[in-house]
Amino acid sequence: MPSHAIELILSRQLADCLSVPVFIVDPLGNLLFYNTPAEGVLGQKFEDTGPMPVGDWGTSFHPHDEEGNPITPDGLPLVQTLQSQLPAHRTFWINNLEQKSTRISVTSIPIIGRSNDFSGAMAIFWDNELHL
Amino acid sequence: MRVRLHGTRGAYPTSSVENQTYGGNTPCIEVIDGSQRMILDAGTGILEIDFNRDYPEKRIDIFLTHLHMDHIQGLAFCKPLFTPGKEVHIWGPGGSSEPLIHRLNRFLSPPLFPIPLRDVPSNLKVHELSEESFTFGDFKVTTEFISHPGPTLGYRVQSASKTLTYIPDHEPIIGKEHLYTADEWISGYDLALHADLLIHDSQYSKEEYPNKIGWGHSSLEMAAEFCSRTQAKRLILFHHDPAHPDTVRTQMFEDFKRGSSYSFPMELAVQGREIEI
Repeated sequence: MPSHAIELILSRQLADCLSVPVFIVDPLGNLLFYNTPAEGVLGQKFEDTGPMPVGDWGTSFHPHDEEGNPITPDGLPLVQTLQSQLPAHRTFWINNLEQKSTRISVTSIPIIGRSNDFSGAMAIFWDNELHL
Repeated sequence: MRVRLHGTRGAYPTSSVENQTYGGNTPCIEVIDGSQRMILDAGTGILEIDFNRDYPEKRIDIFLTHLHMDHIQGLAFCKPLFTPGKEVHIWGPGGSSEPLIHRLNRFLSPPLFPIPLRDVPSNLKVHELSEESFTFGDFKVTTEFISHPGPTLGYRVQSASKTLTYIPDHEPIIGKEHLYTADEWISGYDLALHADLLIHDSQYSKEEYPNKIGWGHSSLEMAAEFCSRTQAKRLILFHHDPAHPDTVRTQMFEDFKRGSSYSFPMELAVQGREIEI
């Protein structure tokens, strides 16, 4: 398997150092890496799962609005960034591991390196109730 | 394929009597295969090249990994640049908002240097490289951006039968003791995979590295681990810290070797040495 672009590799190194959940996906939405705090969102360890196709992880945290209506993938910042190659941000709710609805903010950014190739995207989850 | 090491020192050139074992010139190497020659980096080592003898043709190509001073300072007195009738092609990393020629011109212009690049007597052409593969004479050359502050390329140079990988400045993982277990997350991995010779940054000892995290360089240990993971066949440890007398550098290497069990041959780069691959 060819190695990832340097901008993805360095994004992972940054994610490793952050205390907030970070997800890194390729241009197709396949989950390439998530850091230790993100394991708490997915309920799985990266060491156990490795990379995951988008179908396996995209809805696993049950994103929904204030009334509990599911948010379709197109409404998620990370998916929007993959489609537009632009930053996106949204506050919504997910179910945590105890199935409690938790209000989070998600910011996603495109990862575009020095070659100007779109290598993927990085999403940062902010748990608004933890006030980290 | 042969590789001539004209400069092996990192950071700044040194003429100290304590740095004569490995040499005081900053990075420049030449790759030679028959009549084909390729110059990588233009530290003060480039001043050791006998251009009259080895480059009688009109055209000369110089490939830069990046623009840190130790890799370009030899350009200032590089004969072909100041020889009318010569055609000098400088290749270096793109990927910046500023064109390569403007970035070079910051150094090669007043007040740092008397002659601006636009006034050099040779016919100068500057080319930007990204992540690509191309043919240079008989060589197939592959470039990739690697982990080092600022746009920095590593080079893989292949002849018909041999492969050299040149990554003189590289911190393949930042602030950790070991590389990631999955190969695809290792900076520079594809460049070095199964290379016959790997020339790699190794500026620090294991003890020094924790105080230099993010500066863009490797420890001896990290260089060897990188070589092992990429299954390169031989390792030349490059970019010696000029702050260390060579006796200290040698001792660092001996201490490192005693504590390691790698099976591939490795040695400290020596200025002036020619290596047959």
